[in-house]
Parts: sequence; structure tokens; C-alpha cells
Amino acid sequence: MDYLEYLLDPEHWDLAVTGNIPSLVVDHLYYTVITLVIASLIAIPVGLYIGHTGRFSFVAINAGNAGRSLPTLGLIILLVTVIGFGLLPVIIALVILAIPPILTSTYAGLRAINPASVDAAKGMGMRPIQILFRVEIPMALPLILSGLRSATLQVVSTATVASYVGLGGLGRLLVDGLALNQYDRVIAGAVVVAALAIVLDLIASSVQRLVVSPGVSGRALTRTSNKAPSSSVGPATATAG
Amino acid sequence: MITFDKVSKTFPDGTLAVENLDFELPTGKITVFVGPSGCGKTTSLRMINRMIEPTGGRILIDGKDVMSQDAALLRRSIGYVIQHAGLFPHRTVIENVMTVPNLIGTDKKKSRATAMELLLRVGLTESMANKYPVQLSGGQEQRVGVARALAADPPVMLMDEPFSAVDPIVRAGLQTEFLRLQGELGKTIAFVTHDIDEAIKLGDKVAVFREGGHLAQYASPQELLENPANDFVADFVGRDRGFRSLSFDSSGVLVLDSVDSVRSGSEILVLDDAGRPLGWAGPGIADERSPLSVAGTFTAADSLRVVTDLAISSPVGIAVRVNDSGVADGIIRHPSLVRQLDERRRQRAGTAS
Ligand SMILES: Nc1ncnc2c1ncn2[C@@H]1O[C@H](COP(=O)(O)OP(=O)(O)OP(=O)(O)O)[C@@H](O)[C@H]1O
Ligand SMILES: [Mg+2]
Repeated sequence: MDYLEYLLDPEHWDLAVTGNIPSLVVDHLYYTVITLVIASLIAIPVGLYIGHTGRFSFVAINAGNAGRSLPTLGLIILLVTVIGFGLLPVIIALVILAIPPILTSTYAGLRAINPASVDAAKGMGMRPIQILFRVEIPMALPLILSGLRSATLQVVSTATVASYVGLGGLGRLLVDGLALNQYDRVIAGAVVVAALAIVLDLIASSVQRLVVSPGVSGRALTRTSNKAPSSSVGPATATAG
Repeated sequence: MITFDKVSKTFPDGTLAVENLDFELPTGKITVFVGPSGCGKTTSLRMINRMIEPTGGRILIDGKDVMSQDAALLRRSIGYVIQHAGLFPHRTVIENVMTVPNLIGTDKKKSRATAMELLLRVGLTESMANKYPVQLSGGQEQRVGVARALAADPPVMLMDEPFSAVDPIVRAGLQTEFLRLQGELGKTIAFVTHDIDEAIKLGDKVAVFREGGHLAQYASPQELLENPANDFVADFVGRDRGFRSLSFDSSGVLVLDSVDSVRSGSEILVLDDAGRPLGWAGPGIADERSPLSVAGTFTAADSLRVVTDLAISSPVGIAVRVNDSGVADGIIRHPSLVRQLDERRRQRAGTAS
């Protein structure tokens, strides 16, 4: 049997055929995006609040551990029995999965900021909200985004469970393949999920490059090798090659 | 003018950082807060822009109580240079400098031009403008910190150990440029340091703090060196304060001997054709064809400290004065200098009592 037969069969990429791979990818992306948007809307403000004020920091610290230990499939089944079938229990479970990495890294990003910069911002006459948006968030951005990236990877791979409760997405290939003993179908599902994860991460890393200041991402240091001797005072120093 | 009116600060944990501080910082002058670590200098400075709020008394800027003003607006009107610069790492040098103009809504183009001008003014180059703080040396960061505080042209500047993080040579350069800049700008400056030499060099007035936020003495640098109010100040100012106080008096007051008096005899000043000193010669010293180096000369503009140093370090105990064209026009011998300094001291003691 050819392991890649299902994946390479043009019929499975034909948009006219039901259950085609592109439509499964679209469903999968749909679940992923909704989950990440909702999780970010909850986790980033909470993380910012905790990081900014230092209050309830045990929440941010323990969220990471709690999140890792929750079995998502079990959670979905529990939610389905409580609120019934549909998109809602799946999204809730995935959001619960995505919150901890975003929350923890947002909190950590804010805590890692050099307090002298915040003090300077206050001393220059910025108001609290200006300090948050003009100083704290830009400086914490590398960590916030890395939390978002790891949440994205987790959600993309875990969104396959949606199919266990009758929804679409790439999990269909896995669930149906296993049920029908069609292992090339299972392999197709695994490969496409992995490819999707890689593509999303590449996109995220280019976005990160665009929005994070070179001054905090470390790029400013590699772009020009510069920790130059001070300009006009001090003894003349030989110019480095 | 900044007035401390019986100001006290007790922190919530009970630490009494400043007690009953009562003095005035003159407009357009540099007032230095100096004292050992933990004596309340930073606390006093930060109460001026409400970064810390007093628990007793009032601070007035030109008669207006700082506590009656909106904290953010007050801070925008006061330049603040933070220890270790405290630059924003995610912003370029020029963006850092434009922080306050952006907050008060100055036209972007105009504030960029001003910022660029300021960079040059503090001794940086235009090529620095688009660098990030991580790409700067410590001295350059301090300069950007000063430029950032000056950007909105505030009449009052607060500077907390702005030059402490750099090596002594860079620091000396920054101090000299700072004095030059202040000569042009004439800001009312409160400057914190724990380095008494920096205080003496920069201050028009020096406030010496002691533990518990008490003011041990508030005086001009010269007064501090010559008449320390108590043992604490005398000790803090240091052993060589007598020598250092000489830097405040011009050598113009000295009575010199003529150059002719050292053209023959046991010490001979060898001159070139124009009358510029070449070196010392004489029996047992050196031959006139290869005289010993004069080891420096002074002009009428130099201080007594320079003259004293020259007389001590000269191979023959004689300091040589030159005019603007470098021609020797007078000398002073060590014993004569000591006698004249002694007279000066006696006169001062007489006028002080
Ligand atoms: N937020 C605070 N809470 C409690 N005590 C404080 C606080 N800030 C400062 N202190 C205390 O107040 C005293 C004065 O502190 P301050 O920072 O003004 O000293 P300083 O003269 O600037 O010292 P240094 O030269 O070390 O900077 C110190 O004993 C310090 O421990
Ligand atoms: Mg201090």
C-alpha cells in the first residue's frame, strides 16, 4: 500500500468533492483563528493587568502548569455532555488550552521590563495608559508574541479533536482514517496538520519581525556590529575594521 | 526658583528619608545635592516632580506648590535625567529625544528638527539619530538622556547622578560639556551626585546632605571648602580641601618677581629669542644648552591651585607665568607663594569673624 496515496490523489484536492482537503484546512483554520482571537482577548489584557500591577501574579504563574495538565479531549467530552454538541464546547476547550501560554508569557514579558524605563516614562510625564501602550507593551512584545506562537502551535495540532465530536477540520482525516483502517488517510491528516503548523509559524515569525522594534529583538545588535567607543570625549580609539 | 519649605518624607514602611528640609534653589543656577549613600538626595530630587510625594511641608516652583498641579503636566514641564539614562530600548535615539515634544503635541517635523539640533549640542552626531540604545556606549547613552530631558526646553532640570555610569575620563568630558551647555541655556538645575569633586566642579550652590535627610550645609563650593559648617562636612569634603579651595581664586592677586631675577645666578631660566621659556639651567641643575623642562607655565587667568601645583612640581621650585603669546613675564618662588597664601588665609579669617 502506498502511504501517500490519499494525500497525492488529485480527487481529494478537488473543491467540488465533499470532504476535500482544502475545505478541511479552511475549517481547521477557522477553529484555530476563532480560538486564538478569543484566547488573546482574554489572556493578553489579564496578563497585562497582572504584569503591570503585580497583583494576582500567582494566577499567571500557575496558569501554565494547570493548562499543561488539562486533557483537552476529556474536557470537550465533559463540555459536550453539559452543553450538547456543536462548535461551542470545542472552542471553549481550545480557548482554555490557549490561554495559559499567552497569559504566562504576557505576564513574564511585562515583568522582564527594565523598571528604569517605566520610571523614565512616568518621569517624562506619560500617563498610566500611555506608559502601557508606548513603553510596556512594545518592550514586552517579543515575549507576548512568542506566547501567541506557542499557543498557535498547540491549537493547530489539538483542533483535530473537533472531529471526535462530529465537527470538520483536519481531524476528520484522522478519525475517519482510523475508523476505516485507511492509514494513508491518517498520514495525509498528520502531514497536512504539520504543514499547516509550520506555515502558520513562519507567518507569525515574519509578523514578529515587522512589529517588534529592532532595539528589543536583538536585531539592532547584529545588523551593525556596534558598541562603539564614545564619540568626542575620551582618548582616541582606533576605529574597528 | 525652587523652594523646599520644611519638607519631610516618611515612606510607608516608616523610613524617614528626608526631615524638615528648608532651602531654596536659585533660578538659572546649578544646585548640587551631595552626600553619602541613602541620605535622601534622590528622594528630595524626586519630590520636585512629584515622582515621590512629600509627607510634610511644601515644594514650590516659582511660588507654585507642585502638589497643586497635575502630576503628568508638571513632569512634562520639568526635564528629568535618570541615573543610567533610562532610555527606551525599543525607540531610536531621535525618538527617545522626541518623547516629551510628542506628549505635548508639538508638530512632528518641528520636534524632529529640534531633537536633531539637540543631539549635536550634546556632542553626538546626526548618524546616531537612527540607532537604538543598545548600540550606544555608556557615555553616548548619558548624552541622549540629557538631550531627551532638554527636548521640550523646560526651565527646570532634575539630574540624578547622570554621569555616574561612565569612566572618569568620559565623565570629566561630559562635565565640561555640561557646564558649557549650561552657560548657553541657563536652566535651573537640581543635580544629584555622591561625588564631592563633581559637586564642587559643577555646583553654583552645593547642598551637603547627611543621614536621615538633614541638610548639613548649604553654601557655594568655595565656602564649603574654606568654612565647613561642622566636622561632618569637613570630613566629607576631604583632606585636601585647602588645596582645592585654591582653584576658586585667580592668580591675578599674586605679586610676582621679574623674569630678570632668574636670568643669572643659581637658577637660570633659559629663554628662546622671542622670550618664551625653554627650561631651567644653572650650577648643579643643568647646562644652558640642555636645560631641564619648565614643567608647565601659567597665565594670569589660571587659578592659585595651578600656580601652587606648578611651584611644587617645578624642578627648581619656581612657577613661570607667560602672557598670551607665550612670553615669560614673571616668576614666583615657592617661599614667596607660601607667604602670600598665608596672608590671604589671614585676611579671610579676619573678614570672616
Ligand atoms: N520607596 C521606598 N520605600 C522605603 N524606603 C525608601 C524608599 N526609597 C528610598 N527609601 C529609603 O530612604 C532613604 C533615602 O533614599 P534615597 O534614595 O533618597 O537616598 P540617596 O541619597 O539618593 O542614596 P544613593 O546615593 O544611594 O542613591 C534610604 O534609607 C532608603 O533606603
Ligand atoms: Mg540616589
